[in-house]
Amino acid sequence: MPLWLDLLIRVVAVMAAFLVLPLVVGQAEHKVMAHMQGRVGPMYAGAFHGWAQLVADGVKFVQKEDVTPREADRAVFRLAPIVALFPYLIVLLTVPLGPGGLVAQSLDIGLFLVLAVLGIGVVAVLMSAWSSANKYSLLGGVRGAAQLLGYELPLVLAAASVAMAAGTLSLPGIVEAWRPWWLIWQAPAAFVFFIAGLAEIRRPPFDMPIADSELVFGYMTEYTGLRFAFFLLAEYVGIVVIAALTTVLFLGGWHGPFADQLGWLWTLLKIFALSFVIIWLRVSYPRLREDQLQRLCWLILVPVSLAQLVLTVAVKALT
Amino acid sequence: MSDNGGRDVPGKGLLDGLAVTFKTMTKRSTTQQYPDVEPDLPPRSRGVIALSEENCTVCMLCARECPDWCIYIDSHKEEVVVPGAARARQRNVLDRFDIDFSLCMYCGICIEVCPFDALHWTPEFEYAETDVLSLLHDKDRLGEWMRTVPPPPAHDVLGEPSKEEATAARKAAGPGAATAAKTARPSSVRAAPPATAARAVPKPPGDAASPEQAP
Repeated sequence: MPLWLDLLIRVVAVMAAFLVLPLVVGQAEHKVMAHMQGRVGPMYAGAFHGWAQLVADGVKFVQKEDVTPREADRAVFRLAPIVALFPYLIVLLTVPLGPGGLVAQSLDIGLFLVLAVLGIGVVAVLMSAWSSANKYSLLGGVRGAAQLLGYELPLVLAAASVAMAAGTLSLPGIVEAWRPWWLIWQAPAAFVFFIAGLAEIRRPPFDMPIADSELVFGYMTEYTGLRFAFFLLAEYVGIVVIAALTTVLFLGGWHGPFADQLGWLWTLLKIFALSFVIIWLRVSYPRLREDQLQRLCWLILVPVSLAQLVLTVAVKALT
Repeated sequence: MSDNGGRDVPGKGLLDGLAVTFKTMTKRSTTQQYPDVEPDLPPRSRGVIALSEENCTVCMLCARECPDWCIYIDSHKEEVVVPGAARARQRNVLDRFDIDFSLCMYCGICIEVCPFDALHWTPEFEYAETDVLSLLHDKDRLGEWMRTVPPPPAHDVLGEPSKEEATAARKAAGPGAATAAKTARPSSVRAAPPATAARAVPKPPGDAASPEQAP
């Protein structure tokens, strides 16, 4: 296969995943949330149980007027949603789906790149918050920055633990090195990574930056139409990305029965299972207050991830 | 996490919360699919008010009793010449009977006080309008609602016979017969009016005259 064709297929596949998976997760969120709250959920768009609801939402967003506030820093304001969305696309490029190089771009420093790129999210939040020229946006943005900077630490520490255990930074390499007993050994790191990941994508119960009852909609207040849709899409892609990274790092990616043929299916199944958990947590728990949020990060997640690092080093040294 | 003396395992509350939402998800939701499926209304549901125009005598009781003053009635008098009568009689003719449902508070007092059953509750409740002025229903529109009035509930077989039945029975028995209310009372299944009249005992003198015979 010529190089260009190979490249084209991989890019198209990643773009398709980038566009389809968030819609699936978003639709699942509509229905799962509804049933968890004893409702029915959207039923009218599309023929079967409102399957086209998110497509209809997209059409609606496209029709809306694209408003930029007069006092806004126009260039920064317009760029922010793209900056919020783009890192997740880069991350998806490096997520291994199955064994034997079933990955868009295998990198030796995959984990390093992923963690570095995920950190760009805070830039997007600060860009949108500052350029909106709105006090609610600014407050939300400052909260978001504090949250993202705080949770970056346990996220990286937990990922470092699993990288140390595997002895590689390559994402496919980590999955190769993964063994089922890691589920117990690396459980605290998995827990910390998942929770910190939730906070990184600002999902409820960690949605203090956009707490709509006090900050209108935080740093997204001034956004309308397609740019607002980009922010929402970024949230759903974020769910997919965090679920995918947790799957790859801690749940053994494609490992499972018939991994050689059905590896990709196992990865997708695990991603969807974790996405369900993310939705489940959103429905079950109230939003954390700002001080509770920071307390959870610095007094629980950071110490746990540090202890996990010590444990990982000890086990690696002994075996 | 609970505060009851640390007897619970920490984190139990969090897990309980997850369990509650998961259990709710696995149950079927009981949402009523209202616009698609008509709701099952209980009998005697109160929706809009219907007017049976031919029953109305323009006595104005409803308009006077209405706490919101949302009933508007106009009428004029017409001469009715009855052959053989000494002089022409007059009757009221309804020109306008409007109920302003933007003011109505659905107390039902108008229906209660109406002596001639001209006003009825109907179970219809879908008459919302985009313009508040359209909520003023005129007598034609109120008359339209009559089609949706459910039939009245059946009379209790053990209860007193209705005024109409009693009157009919007495008329059939001729003057001097007992009222049906007295004779029908002991028998559990009331017989037809003529049979009641056949068993009737002579009316004792001094019995109060029925309203129809009152001057």
